[in-house]
Formats: sequence, C-alpha cells, structure tokens
Amino acid sequence: MENSLGNHQTEMNLKATELRLGLPGSDEVEKLPCNFSVLRNNKRSSPEEASDVDSISKSKLNSSNGSSHTTNDDQDNAPPSKAQVVGWPPIRSYRKNSLQQKKGEEVGMYSKVSMAGAPYLRKIDLKVYKSYSELLKVLENMFKCTIGEYSEREGYNGSEFVPTYEDKDGDWMLVGDVPWEMFMSSCKRLRIMKGSEAKGLGCF
Amino acid sequence: MQQQQKVAALSYSFPEEVLEHVFSFIDSTKDRGSISLVCKSWYEIERWCRRRVFVGNCYAITPAMVIKRFPKVRSITLKGKPHFADFNLVPEGWGGYVCPWIKAMAVAFPCLEEIKLKRMVISDDCLDLIAKSFKNFKVLVLISCEGFTTDGLASIAANCRNLRELDLRESEVEDICGHWLSHFPDSYTSLVSLNISCLANEVNFPALERLVSRCPNMHTLRLNRAAPLDKLANLLRGAPQLVELGTGAYTSEMRPEVFTNLAAAFSGCKQMKGLSGFWDVLPSYLPAVYPVCSRLTSLNLSYATIQSPDLIKLVGQCQSLQRLWVLDYIEDAGLDMLAASCKDLRELRVFPSDPFGLEANVALTEQGLVSVSEGCPKLHSVLYFCRQMTNAALNTIARNRPNMTRFRLCIIEPRTPDYLTLQSLDSGFGAIVEHCKDLQRLSLSGLLTDRVFEHIGTYAKKLEMLSVAFAGDSDLGLHHVLSGCDNLRKLEIRDCPFGDKALLANAAKLETMRSLWMSSCSVSYGACKLLGQKLPRLNVEVIDERGPPNLRPDSNPVEKLYIYRTISGPRLDMPGYVWTMEDDSAYLE
Repeated sequence: MENSLGNHQTEMNLKATELRLGLPGSDEVEKLPCNFSVLRNNKRSSPEEASDVDSISKSKLNSSNGSSHTTNDDQDNAPPSKAQVVGWPPIRSYRKNSLQQKKGEEVGMYSKVSMAGAPYLRKIDLKVYKSYSELLKVLENMFKCTIGEYSEREGYNGSEFVPTYEDKDGDWMLVGDVPWEMFMSSCKRLRIMKGSEAKGLGCF
Repeated sequence: MQQQQKVAALSYSFPEEVLEHVFSFIDSTKDRGSISLVCKSWYEIERWCRRRVFVGNCYAITPAMVIKRFPKVRSITLKGKPHFADFNLVPEGWGGYVCPWIKAMAVAFPCLEEIKLKRMVISDDCLDLIAKSFKNFKVLVLISCEGFTTDGLASIAANCRNLRELDLRESEVEDICGHWLSHFPDSYTSLVSLNISCLANEVNFPALERLVSRCPNMHTLRLNRAAPLDKLANLLRGAPQLVELGTGAYTSEMRPEVFTNLAAAFSGCKQMKGLSGFWDVLPSYLPAVYPVCSRLTSLNLSYATIQSPDLIKLVGQCQSLQRLWVLDYIEDAGLDMLAASCKDLRELRVFPSDPFGLEANVALTEQGLVSVSEGCPKLHSVLYFCRQMTNAALNTIARNRPNMTRFRLCIIEPRTPDYLTLQSLDSGFGAIVEHCKDLQRLSLSGLLTDRVFEHIGTYAKKLEMLSVAFAGDSDLGLHHVLSGCDNLRKLEIRDCPFGDKALLANAAKLETMRSLWMSSCSVSYGACKLLGQKLPRLNVEVIDERGPPNLRPDSNPVEKLYIYRTISGPRLDMPGYVWTMEDDSAYLE
C-alpha cells in the first residue's frame, strides 16, 4: 500500500515474512503484520506525560501477547512531521476538501492516474506536490517504473514510460510542457504511457 | 392434526385479494420477509404484490433472481461498495456497477418508479437507459455514487416527465456543463426534491429559477457551493413553500440590499424546517436566517467555518432543533448552550475542523458531549470527533443516555488512552454497551484492549454495525464480537491484530452477517482460502495490490479482506487486484 514512508514499509515487510499461524499466547512477542498502516508516535504536549504514556504502553506491550503496537521499535525511525495514515481520521474526501478550500478555488485536486498495462487506476492529490520532480517521483514509486528526464525539446525521449495528462480541453499533453501551476489547474487525469505509445506527443 | 386442519381451512377461506389488501399495509422489508415465511400460498401472494425491494449488497443476489421472485417491483434500493470506501480504503475500480441491474430491470420492470443507489458506479449510458425505459419514473437517489457526468443528468431531465426527486447526495459527478438543467421541458412541473450540492460548477441559474418557480410542490432544494448568495433571495421568493433548503456559498460582497433581500425572503418561508449548505460563511449575513430559526428541526453547519460565538448566536435561536451537524468550532461552550436550549435534540454530529493538525485547535473536549448527553433527553444518535476522552465521561454519557442507538466516537489520534488515568478506554465503552441496551451502531476509537470486545460481546446484543480501528491485542477480541453479538450484520475492522483463529472458529457466523471487512490485520491467505472452500454461500474476496496472493506463502497476511454472504456465487466483474476464494464446488466438475 502506498504511504509516505517508503522505508518503513520495507522494514515491516521483512518482519512479516516470519509470521506463522501460531496460537495466541505463543512465544511470539511481536506479531507485526507486514501491512500495518504507518502511525506516528503518541506524542503529547508535556514531556512528563509523554514518557508516562510510552512507559505504560510499553508495559502493556510486554504483558500482552501479539501486540498491536508497532511504534515502539520504530520510534527512532519516525519522521519529525506527522505521517498521514490512509483513511484516518475517517472523514470523507469532500469534507476534507471543503475545509481546505477558499471560495473560487477548484473543488479538489484529485486526479486519476492510469498506466499502460496496469489493471487498475490510482488517485492522487496534486495539491500535495509542489513541483514536477516531486510528482514524478511519486508516480515512479506508485507504479514501480522509471520515468526518466524531461527536456523541453524532446520530451521524455528514450524513457520506457512517459507521463501524460488530459487537460481541460480534452487534449493529451506531456507532463512538464506547461508551468506547474497551469498544469495543476488544467490537469483532468494522468496516464503513464509506454514510450512507444507516447510518440507524437509534445512535438508541437 | 385437528389444529393443522383448522389452520388450513382458515387460509383457504381467505380470498387472495383480501390477503393482498392486508399485505399492502405492510411496507417494511423485514415484515414482508416474515409474511413470506408463513406458508407457501402467502409466499406466492406476497411476492406478487411486493413493491419495494432493498438489496443491501448488490453482489448478494443477481438481478435475475430478484426479478424472478418479485415480478412487480416499483422501487429498488441497491448498495455497492463497502462502507470503508468512503475513506479511500477500497481501491478504484473495485466494483459496484449498477449497469447489469438497470439493463435487466429495463426489460422486467417497465413500471419501475424509484431507483436508490448507495456507493455504486453508474454511467451516463445507464442514466440514459433509465430515462428512456421507465415511463413513470419518479425518484432517483444517488448517494456517494460515481461514474457519471452532467450529460447523464440532462437525459434524465429531458425524458422523465414524472420525475419527483433527483438527489445526488455526495456523489462524484463529472461536471461538464451547467446547462443540463435546461433540459427539463417548460411543461415539466412535478419536481419535489432536488439535491445538487455535490456539483462542482455553477448550474444555469435562470433555468434553475424558472424550474423552481414553476414546480408548486417543491419541498427540498439543496444548492451547490457555486450557487451565488445574492441570487438566493429571488429563488426563495419563487418557492416560499420550501421545507428544506441547502444554500450555496454563504458569502458575497458586503452590500446592504443583499442582506435585506435575503432576510425578507427567509421571512416568507413559513414552512422551512431544515437548512444546510453554508460554505464560506460571512457571519454578518447569518442573521438573515433568524426568521426561520425557531421552526428549524434540522441544521447542517458542517461546512460553516465560523467560530463559537457566531455559532452560539445562531443555534441559540433554534429551540426546536432535532438534528445538528456542526464543526468542532462550536466548542464545549457551544455544546453547553445546545444542551440548555435544544431540548428536542435527537442527533448530533461534530466534525473536525483540523483533522490533520498535531494539536487541538479548538476548545472542544469530552465535556461538550457530556453536557449534551445530560441536557438533551432525546439524544440517541451521536458522531463525535475529538482529541481527548476519559472513561468517566463515557460512563456518564452511558448512564445519562440509555436510549442511545448510534454512538460513533472518533478520537483523532489512534490509541489515545484516558487522558486522566492513562488507562485504556475499555471500561468507558463497556459502560456504553452495558447501559445502552438498544445500541444498533457503534464506532470505537482510542486505546482499547481485548477487554472492550469482551464487554461488547457480553452486552451489545442488539448491535448491528461495529467499526473498529487500531484496537485489541489478539484474536480473542474478534472472537468475543463474533460469538457474542447476536444481531451483528456489518463488521468493519482496520489495523487490528486479528488473525485466523477467531475467523475460522466463527466461520458459520459470517453467513448470518451481511459483510465483514478487514484491512491491515493479520489474516493469512491460507485462512482466506479455507474460508472460501468451506463456506460456499460466502464470497471471500482478497484485495491485494502487491499482486497475486498465491505468489506469496500461505501464511502471509492479505492486505484487505471483504467477506459477504451471497446466493449468486463469485462475481465476474472484479479488477485485477481482487481474488475470490473458490469454494469446493468449483472442483466438482
């Protein structure tokens, strides 16, 4: 599952391959499923409270079996900013969008992303990214592909995968052709095409 | 033997028409089901006169089966995706396509009048088919649906001469053109309810005004955010009989005549009982609605980003309020006022204004909810987002409100303990299920161990839907729920350490429920296969975006699991990342 801490995911994957169908109460202290959503630590505002909470949850951990806490091992690796868990808190997207919006802005910057050969679509929130390089990195991660360098002259010539998008007028464009702000407001949906498919785009 | 003969004699002595007439007074699906079980002849009579069908899971049965049993249906309700799809936990393309249903019903139910869908995918072609197949079509309700554009709506507008209700609540509509509304012919006057609040762009306002003013039975009108406030007064003047109104953005340039016009228009709305909308509120315009406040029973301010004092001023005028949806800007002070003023309150929903912030941005705590539970004797439905809670507060709420039927608490930070005692919230939620004997729906949050599930299994005998996240220690937790909750229909779980044992031990229970969702838990692929094999009347769907689960060891946990009972076998419209576990009968060929 996509989350904002790529390294974290890999780490938990390794632990997960050791999982067995054991009885609860067996000697496995840490049954860490590989796909626990990433959580940030239970940080409280006062430092004394923080240590109390941690020590109590730690002692709970040690006494109960098959712990549900993934954070204790991972405290050192946790990033300083809050990692957002998918779908938590449980608020519908249109509510989230309406909180962030000022009047006059577009309702939601979610774009569907498809890739040649992939059986399903993904959705991404363009507002979260500040530049093409950020966006392309995320796309590469999401679809496990390499996109390569963009050049004004030749587009993504030579790349195996080429990111394209459909704009408000229904035209298919190369990602990177227009300034980022313009792209954000005109992009209807994205499609990662195979290099061969994309020939002919961006030759304007 | 004599008794049987007597009963047989009685049932033969009643002509079918009489029974049919009696049955026509019975609308509830549950009661209709009971009637059909009495004897064969009642089953037959009942099925020919059943007019409303409710299908809680569109994959539990095929359209053909419904049509075969109930040939004269006039109203159908269908639900598609699992509830957690609302929070982006179900990947795109999972399913819930209504097309096969529409195609089948277009042929079989020419007299169909109502279609109500929730979390389904409907295309413009489908909308077109609806518009052209059902001559007496009256009601289209699309809740949290997607897959269609305003072109589809244009077809409905153009063709459905008898349309009464068009409700697009919270659906995702590709807004191509605001002129779809103009497709309602000038001769069309039967609109009663219109909800377009989810549309992104402005609709053709003159067309809307004409439509509203020529439909004398307009009862409900919910505009979208793009609907300008300075045009609202005129609209209201054309429909002073409105009972439910959703405004657009509640802001405009400060012009005195806009305000006075608006206030005058609202004064003319003597029947108004419900208000919603209120995006981008300019507080100085709020007094325009004061004329209707004392009669309001329903108020949705969940988009109104105004502060507590303004909220208090507004809500304080609404003594007849039964339902309030509001942002946590209302704060404890506002909830105290609510408790004091609104004695008829039945439902409260408090949404977070800053759900991803690290710290609390408002003075809203558990105390607000306690106050309302004390002051409002009819309060039975609660959705409350907050950042702190105590067992003591939950205990008080439970004892104050044993009439609670829906209790959904979301403490924003997962696994937050009782902030005073630093204990888990097991006993607090335990008090809720123990005292609220009619509790039908419960959502848990905060730090919770297996103990809370023990309480739930022991006391929550009427519970029908349970939502669990980041809770529990072991399979025992899940076992308590599955073995104890006699009326459980829907169970959705995320990020809990529940694995195979509880599921396999309670496999039979799953056939008595509508569905079970588990994501980011510890259920292994092997267990899924086993469940699928042994229980042919369940569809066990494994959702895994890492690729085919059979490429990984059987002991590997699946990402997501959706199990639902069905009599139509595995579905055929799954995307590439969903696998249905085959049952034994698949190997009998």
